Parts: sequence; structure tokens; C-alpha cells
Amino acid sequence: MESYMLRWGEMPFKIISKKKLAEKIKMIEIEAPLVARSAMPGQFVIIRVDQRGERIPLTIVDWNPSRGTITLVFREIGLTTMKLGRRRVGEEILDVVGPLGNPSQVLNYDRVCMIGEGVRISSLYPRLKYLKKCGSHTVVIAYAKSGDEIIMEDEISRLSDEYYVVTSDGTRGFKGTAAITLHNLLKESKMKVEVVLAVGSPLMLRSIAAVTKRYQIRTIADLSPIMLDGLGMCGCCRVIVGNEVKFACIDGPEFDAHLVDYDNLISRMKMYRSEEQLSLKIHMGG
Amino acid sequence: MVERIKMPELPVERRLKSFDEVALGYSEEMARVEASRCLQCKNPPCVKACPLNVNIPAFIRHVREGNYEKAAEIIRSSNCLPVITGRVCPYERQCESACTLGKKGEPVSINALERFISDWELSRGFCIPAKIPEKTKGKKVAIVGSGPAGISAAERLALEGYEVSIFEALHMPGGVPLYGIPEFKLPKDVLLKGLKFLDELDVEILTNVVIGRTLTLNDLLSDGYDAIFLAIGANYPLSLGIPGENLCGVYFASEFLMRINLMRAYKFPHESDTPISVYGHVVVVGGGDVAIDVARCAVRLGADSVTILYRRTEKEMPARKVEVRRAREEGVHFSFLSQPIEFIGDENGRVKAIKCIKMELGPPDETGRRRPIPIPGSEFIVDADTVIVAIGQTVNPLALRGFPHIKLSKKGTIVVDPETLETTYSGIFAGGDAVTGSSTVAMAMSTGRKAAHFIIRHLSR
Ligand SMILES: Cc1cc2nc3c(=O)[nH]c(=O)nc-3n(C[C@H](O)[C@H](O)[C@H](O)COP(=O)(O)OP(=O)(O)OC[C@H]3O[C@@H](n4cnc5c(N)ncnc54)[C@H](O)[C@@H]3O)c2cc1C
Ligand SMILES: Cc1cc2nc3c(=O)[nH]c(=O)nc-3n(C[C@H](O)[C@H](O)[C@H](O)COP(=O)(O)OP(=O)(O)OC[C@H]3O[C@@H](n4cnc5c(N)ncnc54)[C@H](O)[C@@H]3O)c2cc1C
Ligand code: SF4
Ligand code: SF4
Ligand code: FES
Repeated sequence: MESYMLRWGEMPFKIISKKKLAEKIKMIEIEAPLVARSAMPGQFVIIRVDQRGERIPLTIVDWNPSRGTITLVFREIGLTTMKLGRRRVGEEILDVVGPLGNPSQVLNYDRVCMIGEGVRISSLYPRLKYLKKCGSHTVVIAYAKSGDEIIMEDEISRLSDEYYVVTSDGTRGFKGTAAITLHNLLKESKMKVEVVLAVGSPLMLRSIAAVTKRYQIRTIADLSPIMLDGLGMCGCCRVIVGNEVKFACIDGPEFDAHLVDYDNLISRMKMYRSEEQLSLKIHMGG
Repeated sequence: MVERIKMPELPVERRLKSFDEVALGYSEEMARVEASRCLQCKNPPCVKACPLNVNIPAFIRHVREGNYEKAAEIIRSSNCLPVITGRVCPYERQCESACTLGKKGEPVSINALERFISDWELSRGFCIPAKIPEKTKGKKVAIVGSGPAGISAAERLALEGYEVSIFEALHMPGGVPLYGIPEFKLPKDVLLKGLKFLDELDVEILTNVVIGRTLTLNDLLSDGYDAIFLAIGANYPLSLGIPGENLCGVYFASEFLMRINLMRAYKFPHESDTPISVYGHVVVVGGGDVAIDVARCAVRLGADSVTILYRRTEKEMPARKVEVRRAREEGVHFSFLSQPIEFIGDENGRVKAIKCIKMELGPPDETGRRRPIPIPGSEFIVDADTVIVAIGQTVNPLALRGFPHIKLSKKGTIVVDPETLETTYSGIFAGGDAVTGSSTVAMAMSTGRKAAHFIIRHLSR
């Protein structure tokens, strides 16, 4: 382990490989041996690209302890993810810290349905891999606006016992929303699951929670509030769950989907909208 | 008699828009004159009142004689971070509170002299060249947390020939002095230069390692660390527990300060990518030093007005007088005997006002201060576009995950043997704010030094 340790100021987090998965969605493999050693499905890292950079959280999609690497999948939506997307193979990023957050709550279930939206379909992968190893029955609903955003299809469908694609423009699979698809599957009693996990926008999470509430199925929402330290020190990531304030980074990021205050989450996620657009304009001219 | 030399300060109009340091430090001449005021007491009370027992008369004598190198050496033998303490010590409650001169007039400005020496050291490019100690002991100590407590323990242990690794969860070392105390009180480049001696001592600082997540205490023990010192601070923000605390525009002081100090959000968007959203009428809740720091940051970020709401009166306010004075000069308002009971939001979920209640003072509580009691029916509304809650922190026990052997008190602090600072697990020690709750830099450092002493004893058995 000693040789993995890196002193302050060293830039060890080298990009080993890089792949474009869809328009604006990239996958990178980074050297981060300590993280690779202890990661569990559902956990994330916080990265900082350069000296002036912001700290942003990204889910650990895959890891390889013997290579000492982790894999991240991200959508380029703002300054930091765009900077990250521009880094080339062989280049380094300044900071990677983790694994943060608690391991996923679905890992002990036998029959699991998981729903991912857009880039976050990738966040299902580590859970799926783990569940498959345990012999669980897995159902995946991959949802995106359009067919070309259904990412990691081979890897994910291979690990799913049932795999459904849904797009809102109908270019692939069912046309509609993830919630409607889930509702149809449950209504026709085609699908018997003990737990549903969803990751994506708060709007989708809310509609999924509304569906599963009717069927009284335990449902877990993987939340993505704005984070800063990811260590429970700042309180920036606080969310309201069952009228209690929780810190998503240390108490979550998964919570009971039926108890989350989505309106509050939505407004807090937009808190820096105008600042984000300003910095994008200044630095990326877009 | 010569009067106490005042600390020169940045003029108010230059403070309002910049995070430049406010206290400017003594010139050489000022330092020499101030040093000449010291009576060189035989049994100096100031030394006992300094948590680090810095040999104050001795270093001041060397300042008077212009022998700065010697002065620096004396300070350094009990205080490896004069760069911090010389700027932020609440000296009126520590060393200077006991100064003999203070009985009749003004105490010696010990703090300013300490800073003078530390600035002099830094201006020469480095702090006193340390003899690089050899790692003769063949034993390794892990320190969790790179704040004042962790750093001062590391220094002691390294000097004694132990191999020392500091594990820090954030991307930079320094603890609260780095990410909590604002730039205008403690410039970050000064702080970071002041940490260089750790390199010289060959102490390794491993940033981006979260104990309890990246590695557990068990990992450290099985990876061959012979002792562990927990110096994780008290950095879990306390909330008021009132409705509306999750509205946009309501910050905890820790987030607010971390964005500004660690992430340099005051330079957004041109030199920093981390945003902060402070505008309009800013209201700060609390009455301690943190509330004052936050309010003064808000002024600099261009708020229309900044008001501190405190539930008792100015007399009970724990904040330091100097800082309250500076805050007032910068235009911060105070509203005493006021307690928020609800934050009110607009249709977008952003705070727009605070519902408060008037308080009156009842009989003294366990801290000896008069207890505030709400006056029924006295509710009133204060407009607020940004609110910052600065009512304190408690210990964040993340480091102890997966390691149930260490006991915490009811308040959440780490339980230690008061004599040796050993926790309920043999070989693991704890100190600083993690044990005492929020305190001061010098106090945290003194527990770090003490822990190092008992760690050495433990390892030599
Ligand atoms: C636990 C967790 C795991 C995540 N995993 C992934 C992932 O695997 N792949 C992925 O593409 N995205 C993931 N995200 C979201 C990702 O962090 C944001 O897309 C990213 O921070 C955007 O930064 P930006 O500077 O590029 O964009 P910006 O323009 O700054 O922000 C765009 C939007 O992203 C959100 N955001 C901004 N800053 C932060 C921040 N510091 N922390 C969290 N959210 C922020 C806000 O809602 C904002 O409106 C995750 C978020 C969380 C909390
Ligand atoms: C805003 C503010 C202003 C202050 N102003 C003053 C002042 O003017 N004068 C004064 O004397 N005192 C001041 N204080 C108090 C002083 O800063 C603290 O008493 C002192 O920093 C405590 O030192 P420490 O080493 O115990 O902890 P900290 O300084 O809190 O350092 C703890 C370190 O441990 C790290 N850590 C925590 N958990 C983990 C983990 N699991 N793994 C790895 N690392 C971890 C943290 O990131 C942090 O860097 C102030 C405090 C605050 C909050
Ligand atoms: S008590 Fe005051 S006068 Fe006496 S030695 Fe200390 S600083 Fe000097
Ligand atoms: S460390 Fe603080 S208390 Fe001690 S002498 Fe220096 S300024 Fe005074
Ligand atoms: S991100 Fe700071 S407490 Fe969660």
C-alpha cells in the first residue's frame, strides 16, 4: 500500500483510457489506486481538474484494484465536466478523493429493478455487476431522451435478466417515460421485484416514487444534490427526507424514495444556475 | 511610560472590496519599541496564560536587541505555527490577559511581536532551518487531520526520529486555518509557506485520503503504524432545526467559508470555478467569532447590508472585541436579543425573509451567561436575501467508521484519558477540537504536543 500513497501536490491521477459513449457523454479510466482498493457499488469520488477547479462528485462506475484504476462516466454539461472531457489520455487531473458515500442499499436483495436516466444509466453498472455475482434477479430500465443516449448497452444488458429501453422521442424501445414503463410492467404483473432503485433527475425520481408507492414497493432514490467536500463538513448537500435534514454525502446518497422532498432538491440543484452559465460563457465561449 | 504600539490596519475603504489582510503587522521599529515595554518579569504570568507556554520574555528580549533569529528559535521551540497564532490568537484571553503591565495599563502586544518574528522568518524565504532528523526510532505514527493539532504533534514526533504520515481528507493541508479562517485574517499563501517546515522534517502529508472511507483505522493498524493520533477537529455544522433551513440562500457558515477560503469563490468567475451566491440583505445568525468572520466576508462580497442576529446582548457575545470593532467599521449591523424561528421562502424556494422573536435575559445558565428567554407575541419579520447560520460545529465521526472501539461522549467528542490523551483503544490518541469541542488554534496545538509526548512514551515502553 505504501507505494500507492502520494504526497500533497503530486499529480498522480493519470487518465489511462478514454472513450466517447454518446454525444457529450464520455468514459474515462483514471489511476486512483487507493480508491480502487476500497470502492463499493453506489459510492462516488469527488474530483478537481485543476488548481482553480471546482470539486464535483461522480459515481465510480467500475474499478480494478490490480490495475489501480477507476472508471468514471460523465456528461459534459458545465465548465468542470467540459474541462474533464478535454483532458487527453496520459494527462492528469489534480485531485480524486473517495470512495465517498455509503455502499448501495440494494446489494442484499434477490429481486431488484433498477432505473437509470441518460448518463446515469452508467451508475447502475457497478450495482448490477455485484448483484449478478450474488445470483440476484435483475431488471433494468434504461431511459433517455433519445436512442443514442442509451449508453453502455452491451455491458448492462448482458448483466440484466430483463432489460428494457425507453426513450421520450421513441427512437428506441418504448416511447414514453421510465415511470410509465415501470407502471405498465407492474400493472401486468410481469415483474416481481422486492426493491426498485432509481438514479437520474429529481423529476424522474419523483414520478418513479409515485408509481411504486401505489404498489407499495420499497424504493430507493440515488440523489445528486450539489456537493462541496463530500465529507459531512459543509452541509451543502443537505436534503429533506421524511421531514428530517440529511447530508447526502455521509448519510446517503441513497434514500427512501417515498420520503424525499423533491421540490426542495430541485430548487437547491438550481441554486447556481446563473453563475454556472456565466462561467461557462467566460471560459468556453458557449 | 511608552504606550502600547497599535497594530497598523488597512484603511476601511480598502477593506470593503478586497480580501487583503486587515492587520498589517509591525515595522521593525514598532516591534523594537513595543518589545522595550516588556518588564521581563522574573516569574512571568504571561507564559502560563499561553496554552503553548511560549517563553515570552525571552523572545521579546531578543526582539528588543534585534536578535530576531534567536527570538524565532525560542518561539519555535514551543510553537511551530507562529505564522498562524501570531495572526489569530485571541491574545486578550490568552497570553496578554495575564501580562503584568495590563494590571495598570495596556499589556505588552505579545501577539503582534510573535507575528513580527514569524513574518521576519518567512521574509527570509524560510522558517528556521530545521536539522533534518534521522528516522532513528524505526517506528511509524499516523496522524489523521492536518489542522493545528495534527501538525504540532507531527513536528514533535518527527524531531524525535519517528516516521510520520499525516492523512488529510481535503485536497490541501491546514485544517480550519486553511478553509475556515478568512484570507483577510490569515492569508493562505502565508499559511502554506508556514507549513513548509514539515517538508524539511520529512513529514509526509497525504491529501485526498479520508480515514473511514479511503482507509479505515484498521487498515492503518494493519499497515504497520505503531500509533495513531486523531486530530479530526470539530467540523460537523450544527443547525437551528427550524423550518426553512433548507431553502436556497441559507448557508451554514462552514459551507460559506469553505467556498470562500478553500475554493476561493470570491475570485469567481475569473480565477476560480466555484460559485457563491451572496447578495441583497445578508443576515448572519450567531454571536461568535465565526459569525463575525462570515459577516465580514459578506461585506466584501458586495452585500447591500449585513446584519448579525444574536439572541443575547453585546455583553454576552463570545466574539472577540477587536473583530467586532473591525466588523462595525466595515458596516456590519447588529440586532441583539433576536432569535430566528422560521426562514420564509419565495416561490422559487429561495429565502426572502426571517421570522424572528424578541428575547429577554433571564437568570444565568451553566456558562454563567444570562439565559435568553423568548417574549411571547413579539414575533417580527426581517427581510433577508441570503442567510448564514453560524451557531457552531460538533465532531464529524467519519474517521471512526468501521472501528467501534473508540468511545464518544454525549456531546459527540472523542473520549480520552485526560492525562495521556489516549482513547479507549490502546495506541490511538486524540486531541484538538475533536476532544475539546471548538476551541482555539493554540489550545489545539498544545494538545497535539501533549499527545506526541505520550505517544512517544507509549512507543518506548
Ligand atoms: C453523488 C453524485 C454522483 C454523481 N455521479 C455522476 C455521474 O456519474 N456522472 C455524471 O455525469 N454526473 C454525476 N453527478 C452530477 C455531477 O456532479 C454534475 O453534473 C457536475 O457537478 C456538473 O458540474 P459542471 O461544472 O460540469 O456543471 P455546472 O454548470 O456547474 O452544473 C450543472 C448542474 O450540475 C449540478 N452541479 C453543479 N455543481 C455541482 C457539484 N459541485 N456537486 C453536485 N452537483 C453539481 C447542478 O445541479 C447544476 O445545475 C453526480 C452527482 C452526485 C451528487
Ligand atoms: C471560522 C472559524 C474561525 C476561527 N477563528 C479562530 C481564531 O481567530 N483564532 C483561534 O485561535 N481559533 C479560531 N478558530 C478555532 C480553531 O480554528 C480551531 O480550534 C482549530 O483549528 C482546531 O484545530 P484541530 O487541529 O483540532 O482541527 P481542525 O483545524 O478542524 O483540523 C482537522 C482536520 O482534520 C481533517 N479531517 C477530519 N476528518 C478526517 C478524516 N476522516 N480523514 C482525514 N482527515 C480528516 C479535516 O479536513 C481538517 O483538515 C476558528 C474556527 C473557525 C471554524
Ligand atoms: S507579563 Fe508582560 S511584562 Fe511581564 S514578561 Fe510577560 S509580557 Fe513582559
Ligand atoms: S501562541 Fe498565542 S497565546 Fe501563546 S504567546 Fe503566542 S500569541 Fe500569545
Ligand atoms: S458535501 Fe459537504 S456535507 Fe455533504
